[in-house]
Amino acid sequence: MSLLEMKNVYKTYGDLNALDDVSINIEAGEWVAIMGPSGSGKSTAMNIIGCMDKPTSGQVLLDGQDISKLSRRELTEIRRDKIGLIFQQFHLISYLTAVENVMVAQYYHSLPDEAEAMEALERVGLADRAKHLPSQLSGGEQQRVCVARALINHPEIILADEPTGNLDEKNERIVLDLFRQLHAEGTTLVVVTHDAEVGATAQRVITLEYGKVTSEDGDISFGKGSSAIK
Amino acid sequence: MFFRMIRGMLTRQTGKMAMIAFTIALGASLATAMLAVMFDVSDKVNQELKTYGSNITVVPKESSVISDLYEVDGQADITKAYLREDELGKIKTIFWTFNIVDFAPMLDARMTVNGTEAPVVGSWFNHHLDLPTGEQLDAGITSMRSWWEIVDGRWLDEAKSGDDQRVMLGHNLAEKLGVGAGDTISIKGSASSGSYEVAGVFDAGGDEDDQLFAPLDLVQELSDTDGKLSSIEVSALTTPDDETSRQAAKDPSKLTIAQYETWYCTAYASSICYQIQEVITDSVASPVRQVADAEGAILDKTELLMVLITILALLGSALGISNLVTASVMERGQEIGLLKAIGATDRAISGLVLTEIVCVAIVGGIVGFGVGLGFAQIIGQTVFGSSIALKPMVVPLVVVLVIAVTLLGSISAIRTALRLDPVEVLHDR
Ligand SMILES: Nc1ncnc2c1ncn2[C@@H]1O[C@H](COP(=O)(O)OP(=O)(O)OP(=O)(O)O)[C@@H](O)[C@H]1O
Ligand SMILES: [Mg+2]
Repeated sequence: MSLLEMKNVYKTYGDLNALDDVSINIEAGEWVAIMGPSGSGKSTAMNIIGCMDKPTSGQVLLDGQDISKLSRRELTEIRRDKIGLIFQQFHLISYLTAVENVMVAQYYHSLPDEAEAMEALERVGLADRAKHLPSQLSGGEQQRVCVARALINHPEIILADEPTGNLDEKNERIVLDLFRQLHAEGTTLVVVTHDAEVGATAQRVITLEYGKVTSEDGDISFGKGSSAIK
Repeated sequence: MFFRMIRGMLTRQTGKMAMIAFTIALGASLATAMLAVMFDVSDKVNQELKTYGSNITVVPKESSVISDLYEVDGQADITKAYLREDELGKIKTIFWTFNIVDFAPMLDARMTVNGTEAPVVGSWFNHHLDLPTGEQLDAGITSMRSWWEIVDGRWLDEAKSGDDQRVMLGHNLAEKLGVGAGDTISIKGSASSGSYEVAGVFDAGGDEDDQLFAPLDLVQELSDTDGKLSSIEVSALTTPDDETSRQAAKDPSKLTIAQYETWYCTAYASSICYQIQEVITDSVASPVRQVADAEGAILDKTELLMVLITILALLGSALGISNLVTASVMERGQEIGLLKAIGATDRAISGLVLTEIVCVAIVGGIVGFGVGLGFAQIIGQTVFGSSIALKPMVVPLVVVLVIAVTLLGSISAIRTALRLDPVEVLHDR
């Protein structure tokens, strides 16, 4: 059974089909990139997978549970327990330090644990920046805090929407290296990107155009991705 | 964690939070001032009205009947009926004893002063009483005739030695006799006579300007009416009349037991009168109508005005809070959206917004309470010429009102926060 299964999913805004009969399978432990031109429905798909939005029609199975019919409250619980989110604009809380930003996710999940949050920051190489406010961190550092925040509750799937969109090449590499590590540890990753290089690091690239899946590029990319980083 | 977030929220938007606190403080201060004044004002108005004289008079039953029959007002020597001086203290033993602010005995007589016939009144001026209850009271006309203007000399004062042999003159009488303070006059009563020093001359602006006022004992001695009184004037704090009290004033025995209890245990002028009659033998106590009614009307109107001002102030403050907090929530839309995205439930979000407002409300409320007490004093000084005592009732009332207003003002902000869709705010389109 797939970790995530979208079956004939439609998302309609007025007479615009942001998602038009989309069917995607993602296996546990997979690293998938979703690519496509602007307005092709990538973020829309991401929001539905991330339980922040519901499809107009179709089924979305996460762990075999149909999440397309759940209430807002139930979706919140699934988001909290199973999903780690990374955004292009980071969305760190400006008045909390790096470690506190990680702890916020723990707080809404279970209990804040500063030691564990510090470990997560250590993983992303920011242990020495733990007491800094977001405004005192570079873009790359901020995005790494986001990664730490996304993985702190051991989610089943990490979703990243343009995680490197606001980063320079050096920071992009650092973030991609982190993804590679997470992937090696068995985390399921879904990354939306414009960037061919970022796409190439993934195991599989799903391309969307006008809300339709136009290609589902298989295995070849994994080897290609690793070489692109080096 | 929660507290770190609250602290962060509060310190980051200090400007906006200060505005919210200010709005709450404004509402709280007006509410405090109005309530403090309102709860104290009934006493204030009563004290104010007290300066216009007594509001209950007690006369012997016979003279009351006669003056009712012939419609003459209780001038001296109409009858030979008297009240008993030894029963005076009983006035302070009735159920409403603490509402009796002041009282004075009156003994009317006609005597010959320096060869001219003049009305003479024996009374207390500043008579010190040690009551069986342990209470102390300085009773007498010095405070019950506080509007008298002393044009020459001074008030009589029982505490001063020799004042039991001195008298006071109305200024008309003093002019007629051609005497002033310090002069000695002769007084001849029905029983005896003597010479007495004039302590002071007063302007009462009425009938009393033609009268001579002397200590009660002196007049009793001169007219051989030992232990006797013509009337008692009582100054009491009263509750405005209503249906029950008007019915009771006609005939208390017609009330049901429950009504009787309520009436007896409420400080209506009529129930106080009734209780005075119970302790003073063969007496009729009656309220001085105009004053009692004016009292009630003024109180009702002042209180209504203050309630209205309080309601308006609180509504305004709730509206202001509502706008400011909603704006602050919208400004932090992304932050709230993110909290929702990482798993904050509706309860958690409401709790966060509410805690934040409550923190600000506590600060604003306390500041407002302090400022409000100041306002109350200013109002007390300018309107009533005296300070406002803080009644304990005011504190919980203000707390409850501030909480209610804060919650009312937060409703729209919390709804805005809950309606925020993380999808909308997290991807800026
Ligand atoms: N809330 C909405 N209301 C109306 N139309 C919307 C809404 N959200 C998305 N759309 C439309 O749906 C389409 C897909 O949007 P989406 O954000 O998924 O594109 P995207 O592939 O993420 O684009 P980009 O690469 O620019 O982020 C777009 O045409 C967008 O205008
Ligand atoms: Mg997008």
